Amino acid sequence: MLAFLPYICRRFYARKVAETVAHDERPHYKTTKSQQYFLHISFSNFIKMEDRTALNRQLAQMLKGGVIMDVTTPEQARIAEAAGACAVMALERIPADIRAAGGVSRMSDPKMIKGIQEAVSIPVMAKCRIGHFAEAQILEAIEIDYIDESEVLSPADDVYHIDKRQFKVPFVCGAKDLGEALRRISEGATMIRTKGEPGTGDVVQAVRHMRMMQSEIRRITSLNADELYEAAKQLRVPFELVQYVHDNGRLPVVNFAAGGVATPADAALMMQLGAEGVFVGSGIFKSGNPEKRAQAIVKAVTNYNNPKILAELSEDLGEAMVGINESEIQLLMAERGK
Amino acid sequence: MKIAILALQGAFAEHEEVLRALGAETFLIRNRADWDIEKDALVIPGGESTAMTRIMRDLELWEPISEALNQGLPVFGTCAGLIMLDDAHLSTMNITAQRNAYGRQLGSFYTEDEFCGIGKVPMTFIRAPYIERVGEGVEVLATVDGKVVAARQQHQLVCAFHPELTPEDTRIHRYFLDMIQGK
Repeated sequence: MLAFLPYICRRFYARKVAETVAHDERPHYKTTKSQQYFLHISFSNFIKMEDRTALNRQLAQMLKGGVIMDVTTPEQARIAEAAGACAVMALERIPADIRAAGGVSRMSDPKMIKGIQEAVSIPVMAKCRIGHFAEAQILEAIEIDYIDESEVLSPADDVYHIDKRQFKVPFVCGAKDLGEALRRISEGATMIRTKGEPGTGDVVQAVRHMRMMQSEIRRITSLNADELYEAAKQLRVPFELVQYVHDNGRLPVVNFAAGGVATPADAALMMQLGAEGVFVGSGIFKSGNPEKRAQAIVKAVTNYNNPKILAELSEDLGEAMVGINESEIQLLMAERGK
Repeated sequence: MKIAILALQGAFAEHEEVLRALGAETFLIRNRADWDIEKDALVIPGGESTAMTRIMRDLELWEPISEALNQGLPVFGTCAGLIMLDDAHLSTMNITAQRNAYGRQLGSFYTEDEFCGIGKVPMTFIRAPYIERVGEGVEVLATVDGKVVAARQQHQLVCAFHPELTPEDTRIHRYFLDMIQGK
């Protein structure tokens, strides 16, 4: 009988969510005791690590409704913070320049990242290569707030991603669809973002990935309970995660949009498609007036559903980043790390 | 009872859920027009206080919120919400907050400790502040390791931790609702 307890807890929890979700304007995420238990029985070897997972997912919850901006210098970090960014991503070159420069792209110099950590009080994130756990260890050693295991850098491992459960610091990972998202979550990612196509200023891929994830989530919620095993098999993910999506109609972690967001309207589009916040990479500091554009995108994310405010925010922003169409580029970063 | 939740950035949906479960009516404030809706109290959620400050000022919410709180509108601030009420921000409470007092994300933690008049409550600290200075008229409601993490000044309630992240325990939100009614 005791063996059924977690199942019963879960069903009860799901029903509670179903009762409240109908009122809500937007989906949201919560950690309850029953869910912590669910995490514990499903994946975690150590209760300590499970606590970290909960705390790391909760930091992502605090970032919701916010904009995370790519910055390359302490000066840019200060501009981003003053403009209302909820976090910054410290990197040596923004994706548009990585794309232009070509060659192998790696983790940034820790000294440069530390300079940015000292410049601002908001969370600082940094990227490591897919599968490069030594780079991740270095970022953990300098107490980074979030690691982005990112396809923007050259992958270090073409088979394995980092076992993110071995780390105390949180990880965000990119995903094109529900299967990728849930695989990264089962590896320990505590936040997901669309991959988009970084450094292009073309939002089409981020839109495609977000629509794909949302439609797959809707499909999973419509399945019968006995069909979930086959769904887990097809998605190549653990059954418990599919069951969570089925019961709650959302990912078990916060889901942001990333890749190609360049205007307040782009940000509002992604939010209306179901993103809980937005990463802006090259779109700000590759534009004519970074300060003004950064402020406008921040307010556009807050008022993503208010076209009148969006119209005001979109006025007089100066030159947007030039951008490259998806069809004009040779290297599809989104195809890295599935 | 109708409670406004400041929804500029951060974990506002979590407060909404807990308050609705307790039977309160809630609505979100995203701009100046939303502020004009009648309300019995305000919740300022967790998030980034720098982001909230910027958006509040740009969307012309700073002055009306500050004015309403000074006139006695009950308010509940958690984490960044606590910072927003201190003497370096809206200045409606006689407290000074220490931002990121426990360091970066590696310093985030969960504990359970005494809350005055309620008992042991779950406390989730995410890159949290604590209250460095407690001024006149402020009642300390909880301390963790000697640091003040919850306080009240008349109709203003603040927590450095996040009761909205442990929705199975609604006692602090209930305390807030009682505080509004008892005013």
